[in-house]
Amino acid sequence: MKEKLVVIGNGMAGMRAVEELLEIAPDMYDIVVFGSEPYGNYNRILLSPVLAGEKTIDEIMLNSVEWYAENDITLHSSKTIVDIDRRACKVIADDGSEESYDRLLIATGSNPFIIPVPGHELPGVISFRDIKDVDDMLDASKAHKHAVVIGGGLLGLEAANGLMLQGMHVTVVHLMDTLMERQMDSASGAMLKTSLEERGLNFLMSTSTEAIVGEDHVKGVRFKGGLEIAADLVVMAVGIRPNMALAQKVGLHCERGLVVNDTMQTYDPRVYSVGECVQHRGETYGLVAPLFEQAKVCANHLAKMGIAKYEGSITSTKLKVTGIDLFSAGDFIGDESTEEIVMQDAAAGIYKKVVLKDNKIQGAVMYGDTVDGAWYFQLMRDGTDVSDFRKSLMLGQAHLGDSGHGGENAAATMADTMEVCGCNGINKGEIVQAITVKSLFTLDDVRSHTKASNSCGSCTGLVEQILANTLGGDYSAAPHLKPMCKCTEHTHDEVRKAIRVEHLTDIPSVMNLLNWKNADGCASCRPALNYYLLAAWPAEMKDDAQSRFINERAHANIQKDGTYSVIPRMWGGQTTPNELRAIADVVDKFELPEVKLTGGQRIDILGVKKDQLPAVWADLNAAGMVSGHAYGKALRTVKTCVGKTWCRFGTQDSTTLGMDLEKLTWGSWMPHKFKIAVSGCPRNCAEATIKDLGVVCVDSGYELHVGGNGGIKVRVTDLLCKVDTEAEVHEYTKAYIQLYREEAHYLERTAPWIERVGLSHVKKYVLDDPENRLALAARFEESQKYSQTDPWAERASEGVAQHEFVAMKEIG
Amino acid sequence: MSEWIEVGTIDDIPKLGARVVKTAKGNIGVFRTAEDEIFALLDECPHKKGPLSQGIVHGKRVTCPLHNWNIELDGGEAVAPDEGCAISYAVKVEGGKVMLFTSPTA
Repeated sequence: MKEKLVVIGNGMAGMRAVEELLEIAPDMYDIVVFGSEPYGNYNRILLSPVLAGEKTIDEIMLNSVEWYAENDITLHSSKTIVDIDRRACKVIADDGSEESYDRLLIATGSNPFIIPVPGHELPGVISFRDIKDVDDMLDASKAHKHAVVIGGGLLGLEAANGLMLQGMHVTVVHLMDTLMERQMDSASGAMLKTSLEERGLNFLMSTSTEAIVGEDHVKGVRFKGGLEIAADLVVMAVGIRPNMALAQKVGLHCERGLVVNDTMQTYDPRVYSVGECVQHRGETYGLVAPLFEQAKVCANHLAKMGIAKYEGSITSTKLKVTGIDLFSAGDFIGDESTEEIVMQDAAAGIYKKVVLKDNKIQGAVMYGDTVDGAWYFQLMRDGTDVSDFRKSLMLGQAHLGDSGHGGENAAATMADTMEVCGCNGINKGEIVQAITVKSLFTLDDVRSHTKASNSCGSCTGLVEQILANTLGGDYSAAPHLKPMCKCTEHTHDEVRKAIRVEHLTDIPSVMNLLNWKNADGCASCRPALNYYLLAAWPAEMKDDAQSRFINERAHANIQKDGTYSVIPRMWGGQTTPNELRAIADVVDKFELPEVKLTGGQRIDILGVKKDQLPAVWADLNAAGMVSGHAYGKALRTVKTCVGKTWCRFGTQDSTTLGMDLEKLTWGSWMPHKFKIAVSGCPRNCAEATIKDLGVVCVDSGYELHVGGNGGIKVRVTDLLCKVDTEAEVHEYTKAYIQLYREEAHYLERTAPWIERVGLSHVKKYVLDDPENRLALAARFEESQKYSQTDPWAERASEGVAQHEFVAMKEIG
Repeated sequence: MSEWIEVGTIDDIPKLGARVVKTAKGNIGVFRTAEDEIFALLDECPHKKGPLSQGIVHGKRVTCPLHNWNIELDGGEAVAPDEGCAISYAVKVEGGKVMLFTSPTA
């Protein structure tokens, strides 16, 4: 017989835990849910938009009553549990009914705090917590004119905004002199107050409520000092308290909340708890992201898997008032041990402050332009040392390096029809629609449902902003350490370490040792694993063609019509009449439709059918040309200028240096594509300063520049160092590439890699430590022994992988 | 006329891979899973007609090489949240020989 799980509380945290449980162990329990409210489970954080008239109750339902039936869950709505008999393992409801349990999950959430001033029990005094409160407020707004909201925090301002939009005259009373003082500093709080006043809200700051006045209904509010104002509706929004009355009554250990350990278990091993009622490591949480993390861990333990741990959350805050962009996270006030960087443009309504300690972000508060909130939050959680880009920190991520794909940076004020994702043509309205209709909570959800930010990724920050705005205060970004893909809990770095330390040399061994969830992985992790194995064990590892993306399997670039493009290597961008003739002959002979020059100084032959590839390659091979690896996560091209051989400004022989570098590095597989350029003088005609590695020749030697990118987001290189000889250029090139090969995550270009690890890190291993530099260079040379074979020749004339290019059969 | 046609042996197809059978009505991709199950789909992704036979095979799915849609090999249905269905063909293995039915499954 199945065990029984009883859930007290039919809210977001409890139901998320149930959903997570159904996902991993659908048949383990008979599940019974008790909820005090007469509904299914709804998205409490979207009550503000309901009050503001921007959404309906139906639009914010997460689990309808039908959902419970479909999943064989017994739902007792409008039933409050009033007692638990822990010895007999049963719960008792307010109607006297009982239910026994094997495991109990308490998810009773929180209660609004009501200030016990005289008159607080009068009709017309309400809180802002559930659907009934919203209904009461909407009713009041139809019949009455004056509303007072006590509390100028997040919830209070959202309530005030909603009531104002419903036509009421609203006064917000706040005890402190700054609105949302837990999320805002005084400067940003003042900007917020000004813009809310412009919208029509009234404020009484630093004001303490003395009494609520009225006989049989609210008539007004009186403050300390004697001021009294009229009110037909008073909303108390001064905070929430964990709802732990039941837990306390039955003797479960409570402090500020119901105390749980890292597995979400209370002091009674049969009883678990998640949500706002919980106190974990001394903290209580009122935002949705931490609650969902708790729910996931709890489900894992209810399913008796016993591997997950909740270790607490760092949260960030947004206000759900349409048209107002604000963001804060962490310690944004600071103390004598911290520094702050502030950027303020009062006329434009923009304010940003970042608090640093030892060059690490402790907190941030932003008003007006919050597009970089997610980025600061990420840097904060990762503990990233920002000294390498400190001077451009306030300009935001888009300004690291240089300009990028131009985009909006104020999600809240964007019109619904404005395009967010330029790759997939997705506008803001479509994203908001998907988030609300399909109940999406994470960036990954939004990506898979809408495709926004799913291609080049340059609009990721904006999509996160829209998600945050739509979900409001309750959004926080993905967990700190991201697993490689949905097939595993392990991160890229953990997987690479296991491959090295455990000496794993094939994909099945990795998946086996690290408990991969899907037997043969997916199209995302298999190519990554294949690369990591190859980078770690070049001599022993047997390349797995089926785990390579088609371009690397077929050694040509697949095009939208299923044909391929062929780009032969031209060392250093230099060619000969014979090579050009051979290319022309191939194009004529196979009647190929298009020839095009690439950005990397090569010639691209387009429209080659797959079964023509070996014959095309054979002809190119015959003229001495080999694969250009234009299809691979590999060394692509070395672009050069003509240098001092011809140019009157040239300082060094950049063409020959470029050819030598290409001979040194061609064929090496990398985490992502890798481009090199060599310019013969600082005029930089080869555009070396937007390459993964750029050499700029000067009269006295060679500048080595790293981490540039001319693609999605233009990033100018950082100067690594200057060296005196070509031999040194070779040595540093090998070491730098090998460091990238060994450390970057699969599909991470050098630009984001260097932004992640810091230029100082690269300097430490490549520049400051000669012994380590030589060791890196030696490992690169070793791996090149196994990679510098022309894949085209192998397939054109040595019979490798013939099945790839011929049909299995032709019929009809 | 529709009929069962022998298109080759199971060993002609790499594990976790696919081969193409050319027909007058277009290419058909014949897929082999890690467990040696064989499936056949018209070689056109329901999204933008990408050649599914060129994708990475994992479990009983293939990922289209053009825009990473995941397609169920058994029946051709796109994996949610994507929506669409590739045309599928009946296929069976007899004594190591792969037999393909030349009309699509209704």
